[in-house]
Amino acid sequence: MNAEAVTPELPPVPEAVTDRIGLIQYEEEGGFPVEHGYIWTTCASVENGNPLFWDDEVADALTDGPIAPPTMLSVWFRPHHWSPGRTEPAVPLQAHFDLKDDLDLPEAIISSNTNTFHDPVRIGDQVRSRQILRSISEPKTTRLGHGRFWTIDVEYLNQNDALLGVESYTAFGYRRPTVAGS
Amino acid sequence: MERLVHGDVSVGDVLPELGIDVTATTVVLGALASRDWRPMHHDRDFAINRNGTRDIFLNTPNQAAWFERYVTDWTGPTGRLGRMTFRMNTPVFPGDHMIFTATVTGTEVDDTGCGWIDLDVALMVGDVATTTCATRVALPLDNDDNPWARRGDAWRP
Repeated sequence: MNAEAVTPELPPVPEAVTDRIGLIQYEEEGGFPVEHGYIWTTCASVENGNPLFWDDEVADALTDGPIAPPTMLSVWFRPHHWSPGRTEPAVPLQAHFDLKDDLDLPEAIISSNTNTFHDPVRIGDQVRSRQILRSISEPKTTRLGHGRFWTIDVEYLNQNDALLGVESYTAFGYRRPTVAGS
Repeated sequence: MERLVHGDVSVGDVLPELGIDVTATTVVLGALASRDWRPMHHDRDFAINRNGTRDIFLNTPNQAAWFERYVTDWTGPTGRLGRMTFRMNTPVFPGDHMIFTATVTGTEVDDTGCGWIDLDVALMVGDVATTTCATRVALPLDNDDNPWARRGDAWRP
């Protein structure tokens, strides 16, 4: 008997999901203010000797004081591994996991990720983030399976509401092809 | 550290390569520095038996930090990152020798007078581009210019 991949039909995107496009979701504060120790640890981990992060005189001259490397944007928001009273693990990018559930697409990969950097992150900043679903595609078939692409922005702001940066994730949620006749 | 200015750079310029031997310490230090506690970045048994990979592997935020270091080693401290687009193809493991390469793909001065450089950056292991990163970085137009001083509408990454 020949085994043949079968592409399952996808139901339409529920209105409750399309209604979320463009809405701010999951606005949350980071667990601690931006601190210098993590900046040095991160620079040490990649042997980054940029004087902007090690020499206060350079930082004063160029950036009006010490700043964090731009690529550390999301570091300030990742939850502690444990905190008192928490019984469930904190899940980053919750809007992504919501879509997997709501669209009944059990598998998902992040296919690309664009980080855009705005105002510098400064020592002592209290960073907060918010998630915004930007788009959901029509059904698509890739080598992984049949599903939909979606794009979610995570915006990071400081205590003065200044935009620090945006991480834009494009994901493909899908079902693996089922095999007929097996 | 050298400080590049916009006029020093032309399309087609190739950046000096950076080679790094990856160890388990590289992976674990990078994961913990980026507050990524997931076990595939520090627990070899988990990585092999649950993820099906051959070892622990570099996490994405730490790869971003490596890309930043590589680009700003070239620009000097006045280089200001505007945008990075990553495509992750295959993992990077302890024992790999990673080599960062980059080519200048564009230069422009925008309407606000900000000088931009576009780069195609790759993290190579052997012949494989394990991760690519299209990077947009601002450089000063001259020694009196400072991209870090730009705010609001004058900064369009």
